[in-house]
Amino acid sequence: MTTTVTSPAPASGAAETKSAAGRAPLRRGLLRWLFVAPALAYMALFFGYPLVRNIVMSFQHYTPKTYFTGEAPFNGLDNWRAVFANELFTDALWHTALFTVGSLLGQFTLGLALAVFFSRRFRLSGFVRAILLLPWLVPMVVSAVVWRRILDQDHGMLNTALHAVGLAPQDGVPWLSSPGVALLSAILVNIWIGIPFNMVILYGGLQEIPRDLYEAASLDGSGPWRTFRSITLPMLRPVITVVLVLGFMSTVKILDLILALTSGGPADSTQTLGTVTYQLSFLQLDFGQGAVVGNVLILISAVFAVLYLRANRADFGKGK
Amino acid sequence: MPFLAGRIRTRRGRVPALAATLACALVAPGLTGCAAEPDPGTVTVLNSATDTAEHTANQRFFDRCGKPLGLKVEQISVPADQIASKALRMASSDSLTDILELDGSELPQFAQTEGLRPLDDVGVDTSGLSASAKSLGSYDGTQYGIARSVNSLALIYNTKLLKDAGVTPPTTWKELRAAAKKLTAGDNYGMAFSASPNADGVYQFLPFFWSAGGDEARIDNGKGEAALQLWKDLVADGSASRSVVNWNQQDVNDQFVAGRAAMMINGPWQVPVLSAQKKVDWAVASIPVPEAGKPAVPPIGGTVMAVPKNDEDPAREKNAGKVLNCLNSEKNQLQWGESVNNVPTRATAAQAYAKQNPKLAAFAELVTTARSRTAKVGTGWPVVGDALAGAFQSVLTGRTSPEQALHRAQQQASAGK
Repeated sequence: MTTTVTSPAPASGAAETKSAAGRAPLRRGLLRWLFVAPALAYMALFFGYPLVRNIVMSFQHYTPKTYFTGEAPFNGLDNWRAVFANELFTDALWHTALFTVGSLLGQFTLGLALAVFFSRRFRLSGFVRAILLLPWLVPMVVSAVVWRRILDQDHGMLNTALHAVGLAPQDGVPWLSSPGVALLSAILVNIWIGIPFNMVILYGGLQEIPRDLYEAASLDGSGPWRTFRSITLPMLRPVITVVLVLGFMSTVKILDLILALTSGGPADSTQTLGTVTYQLSFLQLDFGQGAVVGNVLILISAVFAVLYLRANRADFGKGK
Repeated sequence: MPFLAGRIRTRRGRVPALAATLACALVAPGLTGCAAEPDPGTVTVLNSATDTAEHTANQRFFDRCGKPLGLKVEQISVPADQIASKALRMASSDSLTDILELDGSELPQFAQTEGLRPLDDVGVDTSGLSASAKSLGSYDGTQYGIARSVNSLALIYNTKLLKDAGVTPPTTWKELRAAAKKLTAGDNYGMAFSASPNADGVYQFLPFFWSAGGDEARIDNGKGEAALQLWKDLVADGSASRSVVNWNQQDVNDQFVAGRAAMMINGPWQVPVLSAQKKVDWAVASIPVPEAGKPAVPPIGGTVMAVPKNDEDPAREKNAGKVLNCLNSEKNQLQWGESVNNVPTRATAAQAYAKQNPKLAAFAELVTTARSRTAKVGTGWPVVGDALAGAFQSVLTGRTSPEQALHRAQQQASAGK
């Protein structure tokens, strides 16, 4: 992301030097471009090329045969039509939206609460904070498998615990076996996984806020809520945007968690764009249609990346 | 190889493989493959034997066959669910192995590319194979793959629980429902099966769907509903857990081994786990059928070995053919089958197998009437399988009636073509 922001700057510099006479400035311009070149080449190779390939692929009849013959005839909008006519795609789009919004909301709120909590130092706070990092360190598939056991309707730990305190219905909550509940369960698990990331970054941001601001606030007689709203939140804004954008990017393309937790079921109730792409590309081997869903995902991510960049620009504008 | 059992366990290792291919594609576009040109004295194999024991067992058979021919056999093993994509990437860089071992249900998609050599052309003898094994390796009437051994599904039951309840292993659906109900007590269910929305669940649905007269090419022919109704009844009776919609075949086995299910549907790849534990005494019975006297029609599963075309070096194809012939000799098939608990595909070897392994004889019997998933719909199988999964999932979760579910499944299957 940073490379795209910085690259226009040398470009405009080069334009200025070109207007100036003499060879030395010209060489300097060339030199500037040489510094940019590795980054540009890297971007073109590792981001540009796959992106363009994926877009082209979505307009092709791209099947296993293509790998053997190299032939991928263009089929216009066929792939796009097929995908958009597929009920599963619309469902998955909706599930992805719910999953992303739900996960981000939960992860962020709880992460922020914990970060604020831990920013006051107390005994063992470092130790407890380290423990809270665990979900982040465990591979996602492993946590999903563990959660599958915890959420089992008959013998799962969660239902047993709820029974013990008399909160669960007679035959237990069908966490993963009912289409009405499974998506919520997946969101809850993902929140659990995402809290440490949010907490760590936000905690770091909190440490950056100068202490004297809080002192000044307390001298002015502001209470804890007012301090949080008028000092902590605004000072934390850049960090918050980063956390949310990164969280969004990793949540919207969710695949492994869902595959390990529910395989998209029951009755397709946890199908997301990620699982649909996986199904199309790797099980049905229809790479063209898989690419269409992939492109939709890229488009959604791109929209948010642009929003993020604009938000950042606004920040800089205000500061200077 | 257990039928797609290693799906979750094996996700690691994808990133390095991907990175390597990426680097390969970037550094050497246009070159003929990234892999160094293989040594003429070797035969390379792409398979899913990532498990050390399985890899070693495979190598023993490969060495046994390669040595007399003066050939060295090298295995490249990747997790089962990555075989197809790995093979495709290799094909695009002209570096496909001399032998490709993939799941039988994936064969049509590869055969359709015309990148595989008909086994007849490289002198592989498939004449003595059972009809069901032949159909597992063929596409459009041509034999492209040969299976050394195959698996199917049967009813595995807890002998003690059945004896205590005075229940004999059910042979019909009616008996199954009654027995399951009788065997359900407290925390324990009478019956367990996998109805997960992936290949595992579909594999388990097929013996019921097919035995009822269901047809994957015409899903809404009015006969498959009975199978859906049976599954639904088992869950509605409380004889099977509602969690079956989440259970893969491994989970079902876990439940059985934990003593929480008196009967289960499962395959012979669970035998090592079942034999290793002492808690539950078990036995294998044939899969129950809708009415007494009707034949059981279970699915046939397992991997097949195919020979990718190699126009630059036809000698390599011939070598691969020789190795395949040796691997599929009666003696080698029998020994291989015993080492992986699967049934050999040569009719004579299968008979010997049943005699030597009376405990698994039911599987040997079932395999003879078993059907290949791709025999009718060929490359359309992944879409059809998905449609069937959607049907039983929506019925078991109470979203639709069996009739509606199969009607919708047929629509999905036709739309996906």
